[in-house]
Amino acid sequence: MAVCVAVIAKENYPLYIRSTPMENELKFHYMVHTSLDVVDEKISAMGKALVDQRELYLGLLYPTEDYKVYGYVTNSKVKFVMVVDSSNTALRDNEIRSMFRKLHNSYTDVMCNPFYNPGDRIQSRAFDNMVTSMMIQVC
Amino acid sequence: MEAAAGGGCGSGPPLLSESEQQCYSELFARCAGAASGGPGPGHPETSRVASGAATAAAGPVADLFRASQLPAETLHQITELCGAKRVGYFGPTQFYVALKLIAAVQSGLPVRIESIKCELPLPRFMMSKNDGEMRFGNPAELHGSKVQIPYLTTEKNSFKRTDDEEKQETQSPTMSPFASPPSSPPHYQRVPLSHGYSKLRSSTEQMHPVPYEGRQPLVQPEGPSSGGPGTKPLRHQASLIRSFSVERELQDNSSSYPDEPWRITEEQREYYVNQFRSLQPDPSSFISGSVAKNFFTKSKLSIPELSYIWELSDADCDGALTLPEFCAAFHLIVARKNGYPLPEGLPPTLQPEYLQAAFPKPKWDCALFDSYSESMPTNQQARDLNRMEKTSVKDMADFPVPTQDVTGDDKQALKSTLNEAVPKDVPEDPATPKDSNNLKARPRSRSYSSTSIEEAMKRGEDPPTPPPRPQKSHSRASSLDLNKVFQPSVPATKSGLLPPPPALPPRPCPSQSEQVSEAELPSQLNRAPSQAAESSPAKKDVPHSQPPSKPIRRKFRPENQSAESQEPSTTISGPASGASVKPHPTVQKQSSKQKKAIQTAIRKNKEANAVLARLNSELQQQLKEVHQERIALENQLEQLRPVTVL
Repeated sequence: MAVCVAVIAKENYPLYIRSTPMENELKFHYMVHTSLDVVDEKISAMGKALVDQRELYLGLLYPTEDYKVYGYVTNSKVKFVMVVDSSNTALRDNEIRSMFRKLHNSYTDVMCNPFYNPGDRIQSRAFDNMVTSMMIQVC
Repeated sequence: MEAAAGGGCGSGPPLLSESEQQCYSELFARCAGAASGGPGPGHPETSRVASGAATAAAGPVADLFRASQLPAETLHQITELCGAKRVGYFGPTQFYVALKLIAAVQSGLPVRIESIKCELPLPRFMMSKNDGEMRFGNPAELHGSKVQIPYLTTEKNSFKRTDDEEKQETQSPTMSPFASPPSSPPHYQRVPLSHGYSKLRSSTEQMHPVPYEGRQPLVQPEGPSSGGPGTKPLRHQASLIRSFSVERELQDNSSSYPDEPWRITEEQREYYVNQFRSLQPDPSSFISGSVAKNFFTKSKLSIPELSYIWELSDADCDGALTLPEFCAAFHLIVARKNGYPLPEGLPPTLQPEYLQAAFPKPKWDCALFDSYSESMPTNQQARDLNRMEKTSVKDMADFPVPTQDVTGDDKQALKSTLNEAVPKDVPEDPATPKDSNNLKARPRSRSYSSTSIEEAMKRGEDPPTPPPRPQKSHSRASSLDLNKVFQPSVPATKSGLLPPPPALPPRPCPSQSEQVSEAELPSQLNRAPSQAAESSPAKKDVPHSQPPSKPIRRKFRPENQSAESQEPSTTISGPASGASVKPHPTVQKQSSKQKKAIQTAIRKNKEANAVLARLNSELQQQLKEVHQERIALENQLEQLRPVTVL
């Protein structure tokens, strides 16, 4: 039910970004990029608190009139950003959390592949399929 | 119905020939009949499906399509093209178009509407004729079984349990389990079964059926909503049960497989096993990711392809390959090099369960020891076959010889104590060597260093001259670690410890047993009643452990000139350690897996503590800075104040 899913590396470049092709993809890229600032703000707002205590799920980063942007950070500072349609009110927080959890699991699977160098673009088909499944539910 | 079907089909696709018409209508009738006749008891999805008498239900149709042995992608495209997706059900028109497309694809034509315009042979389905009856026969049983099967957790144990239950309840080995709730997509079985494994791992159960149904819109979209959350887990169970029962069915109908390129022949299997042994002499253990990566890179396939092959073959996504996974990966590489395109999903004949069942591994208990002896001659063979890693093989071949006896002794000593609980042994022993090997194989250098840390710790606390350590020292090395951690020297020691081990892996890597024996041996050296048989191989092991322990001891016991060999120091500590030795024999008598578990826990705790310590120091720094800033600000305030007051 996401409209756009992005995985951002620690250095704030995208490892994977995919949006439903109905609209201008550039807009989503821009939204994800601006959301990175919010993510950084949230991370630093915790202070230099212990990494363990910080929760991975960041929640709603910021709402626009059409979309809502949710964020999630892993312990290695890899960020997942998800853009969902605002009109999709059926989506609850739990569902967003579980979607992020799935993303995280798939991401760790990609990491486990020894042929994947961290920092490369993610080209795993399993990951693609999982993201597709999250996005296709809309239609 | 047949007449109507015949009339209906004329409008859509071009005219069917006589034989085609007959065949298709028969198939259609069977599919539609199976749907309406099959599941009686109130399943919300099925009742809806059964109501449409002129439609073929998704379940039997999907079974039929799968029986055509086409890949899932193609079936997907076919269903899209025939219009079933659009209208949401398989009417006669859609069904006939789909059948024609199947025939076209089987004849090698691309999946296009134009393909069906030409003359085509009948589509081929590898399905037995009495499937229909089977379906009728057992829906009640299946419902019963589904209700009884407990709520599915994500552990594999529960899967085995459900498998067993289903085996007991459904007598017919064929398609009966799939019939009953046709709305739950039985497409799953053609969808790569590796999805089943990912379901095992993830903790979200409810999300999974939903996305899969999104993928297969054949299943009427009402399905998820009508089922409601209550049936979602049930359907999830059912689909997973079905995926496993498919595996069983596939194993039963192994002869009906046309996936010849994906079938591993006996000689291929032998070759793969030998290659595996060359990388990893214990066939029940894993090959780590980096080792496998180096090995497979030599095949000169491109990295993305190798990455994809790994994705397909590493079913449990743990970054390591067991023997069946390795065989599957190797087979895929071989196939790719011979020009076969890589499949969309792991073919059923390459699934790890299938490979394990088809080529059962030697029995865990005794064969584990036998395999060590076996690995010797096979290592000899492997040298001939293995053109890739000759030098490492030779190295490895040398080492199992001296440690073999030791290993046998140790393992048998452990086993004799474990034999008290025999039933637990069988599942435990595979787990034990697997776990211990797992621990040893993967973070190999780490576990190596941790065992030597433990030894150094144990020995360090014993001698009369206490090393610089806190007074509250415990007899157990594990708690001692924690005490040490809070010293500021910990990060230094940790960083000091880590560099030495990486120099070692080539040698200890073939014989993880070495590490087990090392863990026991040095402590056994302390013991007065040390087995003489082990002392000589122990001396051989001692040099191996010397390099890592030397730098450790330099830090822990700077007074003792650690340049001397290990043996004099152990003999010195030997008599002094008489009292503390008593815990050791009992510890060793317990299973080594507990030790390994403790060691991993120790490692984790140490790492966590190091992180905490570092963070703490950082925080202290910042606190100081903030204090200083505050002082500066207060000063400024003071200076400004007289101005404002006046």
